[in-house]
Order: sequence, then C-alpha cells, then structure tokens
Amino acid sequence: MVEIGGIPVRVSTLNPDFLGMLQNRYAGFLSHSEQAEIEFKVDLIDPGLSDGDRPVEVRYQRGVWMFQRGDFVAEWQPASRSGWIRQTANPYSIDAVLRIVHTLVLAKQGGFLLHAASAIRNGRAFVFAGVSEAGKTTISRLAPLDVTLLTDEISYVRRQDDGYVAFGTPFTGELAKLGENVSGPIAALYLLAKGSENRIEPIAAGEAARSLLANVLFFAKDEELVQATFHTAFEFVNRVQVSRLTFFPDARVWELIG
Amino acid sequence: MSNLYVARNPRVAARSLDGEMMIMSGRDSTLFTLNKTATILWQAADGTTPLEQIVQQKICAEFEVEAGEALRDAETLARDLASHGILQISAEPIVCGGSK
Repeated sequence: MVEIGGIPVRVSTLNPDFLGMLQNRYAGFLSHSEQAEIEFKVDLIDPGLSDGDRPVEVRYQRGVWMFQRGDFVAEWQPASRSGWIRQTANPYSIDAVLRIVHTLVLAKQGGFLLHAASAIRNGRAFVFAGVSEAGKTTISRLAPLDVTLLTDEISYVRRQDDGYVAFGTPFTGELAKLGENVSGPIAALYLLAKGSENRIEPIAAGEAARSLLANVLFFAKDEELVQATFHTAFEFVNRVQVSRLTFFPDARVWELIG
Repeated sequence: MSNLYVARNPRVAARSLDGEMMIMSGRDSTLFTLNKTATILWQAADGTTPLEQIVQQKICAEFEVEAGEALRDAETLARDLASHGILQISAEPIVCGGSK
C-alpha cells in the first residue's frame, strides 16, 4: 500500500521483482492501512510493446478514467475505486499514474499537486513554486538542518478546515531524495525567482492566482474538474499568503523563511 | 437596435479578484484575463439584453467614446470572446445556453 497525502493506494502485482522495486521506490510512503481508497492491479508487458513518445492523455468516459502515455495504459473506475495499469517493469510509469490519480482525487476535494518544492519549519509548511530551473531543487538543497523537506519537485496540497496543508511526497526532482512523509499547515507560498540578493515582495492577488494556476499539475480533459481546480486556486490565494521570493543561491535565503 | 445578443458561456469558470476578471476555458484549460471593457461586456452578457443596449448603458457610460464606434468595437470583442468559447453570441435572445 502506497500512502501519499493520506490516501492509501493498494498496488498489486504478481511479479516479486517489480514488487521489490516498488517497495524500494516508495520506502517511507508504505502504509499498513487495511482499507485502500484506490486499488490498482499492475500487468507488466514486454518493453517492445510500449509506444515511445506518446504524450499523456487522461479522459473520462462512462464512469471510467483512462490514462495513457507511451509507456503505460491504465484505467480507474472511481465508483469501485479500482483499476489496472499495463506497463513495462519500471518505476516511472506507475509514478505517473499515481500523480494523475491523485490530481483527480484532489480536484474533487479542493486540493492540487503543484510544481513546487515544499518544506516544514517550526511546524509550518512553506511552498516554493516555479517552473523548471526556477530554483526548486536549489532552495531544497540549501535548507538548513531544522527544515524538513516535503519534496523538491511536486507539492501535495489539500484543503483542511479554513486553510491548506502540504504533505510530503515521493515525487522527486533533481535532488533525487524522497520527501519526508509528514504534513503541515501552509503558512506561505513563494513564487521563486533567482537574483543577486534575497528578498520577499508582495504580489497582486490576480498575479498570484495566475502564477498558481500556471504551476498546478492537471492532466484531465474534463470541464468539471478544470473548473473545480480553477476555483480552488482562487480559494487558496484568498487564504494563503503568496509572495515572490527572489534569492541568491546560498543558505542565507532561509533566514527569510519560517 | 442591434439584434446581437451575448451570453456568458456556462462551460467556463470565472472569478473576479481585486477587480481583475479571470476566466478559464473548461474545454482546454486556457486562462484569460479580461480588460475593463471585456469585463463590463462579460458581466452584462445575460443573453437577453441586446449588445447595443449594453454598449449604451454600460460602456458609453464608463468611457468617453462615440456610440457607433463603441458598438463596432464591442461586436468585434464579443466575436473574439466567442471564438475562445467565453461568450455565446446570437441574433436572438439566448436562454440557458441556447437561443429562444
């Protein structure tokens, strides 16, 4: 059972080597929950049967979600909470399926996955959003010892009471280090920019919402979920401080955070 | 009066934040930020008020612009917004996403 963001996902396979690879890949996120919220059976296929560079496609038809990319095909039926994955024996395909299914579940619940690093300091979570090269891995690498890293690549955000909570994820970037499987209330979201000095600047609410939406991971061509995610971004901006963090890549930037 | 009617497309998501109107297409997730004129048009696009009346009552009241020129610009804008799926336009009043 792989539990990310408090959602236990049971992954079953008849291949013991693949199972071992998953246990190693998701170490720290393995759960002993008895009840899975989502279940996937994995069928392994010969590498020659994969479809190269086919981009990811996520669509909903007659109660079933279908996920497809060059290296996998998967189906998930929300009503039965179960599905299957057909893929080669690699950890990246199932990682993509897990990201997709979590985006779908979160969209219904007022949460989202975000291209962002995140970390906990003094009991509060800080989220650092940005596209590739914006500095997510850099600021994660610079974190001092009292900081608990949740992820350097994909942040997991859920609505809780009047605020939002960030959870650790096993979804890694260049740091190639799994986040800690803990969570904390989000105190601030920083939009990252590299510069010659460290400073935090307020930004207009509209820019905050646009930037947030630009960094939300969303794969499904589904009007209802697109609209839900859109409104979630505005709710988030209304409840969480969003600022621009310009930083020079050394450890002093963390003097501004927490 | 112009016989052009405009209605907000119910298949888009819209929010106003600090006076900025933002709209996301549910079809392809494209995000639009409307300028002041487009925001006025969007907010007034109830499907039953003729575009010419919207221009006279909302746009000409807000901007110093000649009515004929404002209407031409509004028609161009409405067609542009319709091409992105944000507005629906019709020669007849629009009710519940379709013409009467």
